[in-house]
Amino acid sequence: MSVDTDTVKRVARLARIKVSEEDATRMTGELNAILGFVEQLDEVDISGVEPLTSVVEQTMKKRTDGVTDGGKAADITLNAPASEDNFFMVPKVVE
Amino acid sequence: MTDLTKLTIAEAREGLKNKDYTSLELTDAFIKNIETANESLNAYVTVTADKARDMAKASDAKLAKGEGGALEGIPLGIKDLFATQGVHTQACSHILDGFKPAYESTVTSNLWADGAVMLGKLNMDEFAMGSSNETSYYGPVINPWRKKGSNQDLVPGGSSGGSAAAVAARMCMGATATDTGGSIRQPAAFTGTVGIKPTYGRCSRWGVVAFASSLDQAGPIAHTVRDSAIMLKSMASVDAKDTTSVDLPVPDYEAAIGKSVKGLKIGIPAEYRLEGMPAEIEALWQKGIDWLKDAGAEIVDIAMPHTKYALPAYYIVAPAEASSNLARYDGVRYGLRVPGKDIVEMYENTRAEGFGEEVKRRILIGTYVLSAGYYDAYYLKAQKVRTLIKRDFDLAWENGVDAILTPATPSAAFGVADQDLHSDPVKMYLNDIFTVTVNMAGLPGISVPAGLDNNGLPLGLQLIGKPFEESTLFQVGQVIEDAAGSFAPEKWW
Repeated sequence: MSVDTDTVKRVARLARIKVSEEDATRMTGELNAILGFVEQLDEVDISGVEPLTSVVEQTMKKRTDGVTDGGKAADITLNAPASEDNFFMVPKVVE
Repeated sequence: MTDLTKLTIAEAREGLKNKDYTSLELTDAFIKNIETANESLNAYVTVTADKARDMAKASDAKLAKGEGGALEGIPLGIKDLFATQGVHTQACSHILDGFKPAYESTVTSNLWADGAVMLGKLNMDEFAMGSSNETSYYGPVINPWRKKGSNQDLVPGGSSGGSAAAVAARMCMGATATDTGGSIRQPAAFTGTVGIKPTYGRCSRWGVVAFASSLDQAGPIAHTVRDSAIMLKSMASVDAKDTTSVDLPVPDYEAAIGKSVKGLKIGIPAEYRLEGMPAEIEALWQKGIDWLKDAGAEIVDIAMPHTKYALPAYYIVAPAEASSNLARYDGVRYGLRVPGKDIVEMYENTRAEGFGEEVKRRILIGTYVLSAGYYDAYYLKAQKVRTLIKRDFDLAWENGVDAILTPATPSAAFGVADQDLHSDPVKMYLNDIFTVTVNMAGLPGISVPAGLDNNGLPLGLQLIGKPFEESTLFQVGQVIEDAAGSFAPEKWW
């Protein structure tokens, strides 16, 4: 399978990365090189094979549903590019 | 007085205990080396000299009372991927500009609890995506090694290029690193250092910037097999904050060093013999086989028929997981924000400016293979192939194999800005061809320096072990180290 420039632009939109016309053209070639490389997997007989979901056989660890952390709003917003009163500030989303 | 920066961790541990020198003297010697070397090598992105001296003084106070942990007073470098409280933590990306976490990663917390001293944060490929340390926002790291009679700049490998170069150039005693497809073992091989990626689940991933969560593991890079065993013992732990951290006690890895390898079965997979592989690497591999045979190990041929599919499967799984993990960098919670006319344009502008080309490439591939209609054809298929890769290893273990010996890399270190490698992203990816199988199967792998090529550049051999059998890797690795000797670059910086 290979991608065209329109697909690259659509995927970039999904990934929320702005691409120029020039970027999209260049990336189409690069992405097709990678997709061409992974096409080798078509040679492998995977019938009846289960997908690997965990490399280590271990049952998911569980803990009691309790509060173990919190009260750190100032720490959490500490690195925000824009914040006010421990809230993240973003451009207006609702008109 | 002897040059303190030439000591191994094991030697310094003795010297500090015997009060031959203080941690402050040791730390100052490394800070001095960093000051002289960093302009040429670019291994550190931030140096925490004051913090290092404070930590060293605290260690000296403990050592004076005959107290202290396993790494008391030992100066280390930390890869920029590990969260360090109040200190530069940016995965060497522009998008994390100015990020200083309010918390400490579990791995670094373990090191500080054992008394280690932090010298600073080390350069790396952006978000650990790269094999040459050239994707860093802070520029490439230069390998302290050069070809005989040449002054061409070589790469130290990646993504832990800063860690490997800093150890090789004596800018720290040991360094933390991470490995998703070979990012500890390939740079270790390129710089004549020892690097181990432990079993998935051995070191906590908590506080380590995520790249591909099912593959990422932290591990050390150090001068010797013993030093890497000392560091891993401190880095590894069982951590409630990481659900993939495995509930197994951390063994005393050093106890395995010096043990005979007599009777151990070492597997040699023919599939790692690549067409067009340099004769020197082939010869080195044979040398390794001979060393282990001489030491009494039994050498057996094994079949790993799915080896060649590990790298293509990796280039579906890793970008898919990365595209999901890196969705969090949106200009809202941390780092860079580039304004736009609305919130979506703000996201798009921020991510376009904040991510480098390689990171964007992987996010796009990952987004594509996970998008509606393609999931089964790519991601699901790759996860099935992964089962087959793991099965190849499981069969070897079932047949009594204790460890597998392979070359660490298909070549020695290459030039900075190599035209051929940059013309096609896949060519760069091939650097990880021998290491990536180990991540796909979650196994431990160690790279040990084994010799120099005709140009005088270091080459490494890789040992792959059973899950949580890191001790066997240290045991066998020591035999290779004893036979091969150690390698240091000639100082030009």
